Amino acid sequence: MTIEDIRLILDAKYVVGEEWKDREVHTACGSDMMSDVLAFMKDQSVLLTGLCNLQVIRTCEMMDIICIVFVRGKLPDEAMMEMAKEKEIVILSSGHRMFSACGMLYEKGLRGGPDYR
Amino acid sequence: MSNENTIVMTYDVPADDFTRAGEASSNVKSKLKKMGVDPDIIRKVSIAMYEGEINMVIHACGGKIDVTVSPEEIEMVLKDQGPGIEDIELAMQAGYSTAPDNIRSLGFGAGMGLPNMKKYTDEMIIDSVIGVGTTVTMRVKMRE
Repeated sequence: MTIEDIRLILDAKYVVGEEWKDREVHTACGSDMMSDVLAFMKDQSVLLTGLCNLQVIRTCEMMDIICIVFVRGKLPDEAMMEMAKEKEIVILSSGHRMFSACGMLYEKGLRGGPDYR
Repeated sequence: MSNENTIVMTYDVPADDFTRAGEASSNVKSKLKKMGVDPDIIRKVSIAMYEGEINMVIHACGGKIDVTVSPEEIEMVLKDQGPGIEDIELAMQAGYSTAPDNIRSLGFGAGMGLPNMKKYTDEMIIDSVIGVGTTVTMRVKMRE
């Protein structure tokens, strides 16, 4: 699915990077622990998180994650938005909670990739 | 590893500045991209170095990182003058962490840093002396 599909499914809004909305997303990961995210190496992923700080953007940069969905209506600050723009990472904000947001994407066919172990 | 095909990059990791943590890894990542290194190798190097850089900020008041790129491999040497690691075997266990709660609330301190560093590198050597500091050497081969 595309980033735009994710936005529609999660009733989310673009905070950064609407111009990259047609990029394909292959897998997803939902976590507030960045080291757990870093343990999972996959191409063209989306990260769903309730954590909202600069290290979330850094983590996505290192992982080549192309889209971040902040759940529970969280919004990034200016520094985060600037870094995301520079690294071409799309930021979405959705009012849904983590569990619901992950479930809604899973229901539409998005998967988490292979098991960690 | 010193010939005309070798590139050395040196970074200072500032102490206690969690917001800036990752700048060195980000810089290395963009330089490797410009050099045309394979994206999978770049990702391995970036993740391993980033985890190491975060560790230096959380546990060791910063330090110094040397990255050497040769046609055969990428070597990262992370050197700090922090408290040292008491039990390296224990520290290597997934889920074991001595990070304070405030770090956990920032998304780190899950006890996955060192295991991730090992997972993404071909070789990792930890040399640590209590009260003196820790040096972590990681190598990623250019070809699988």
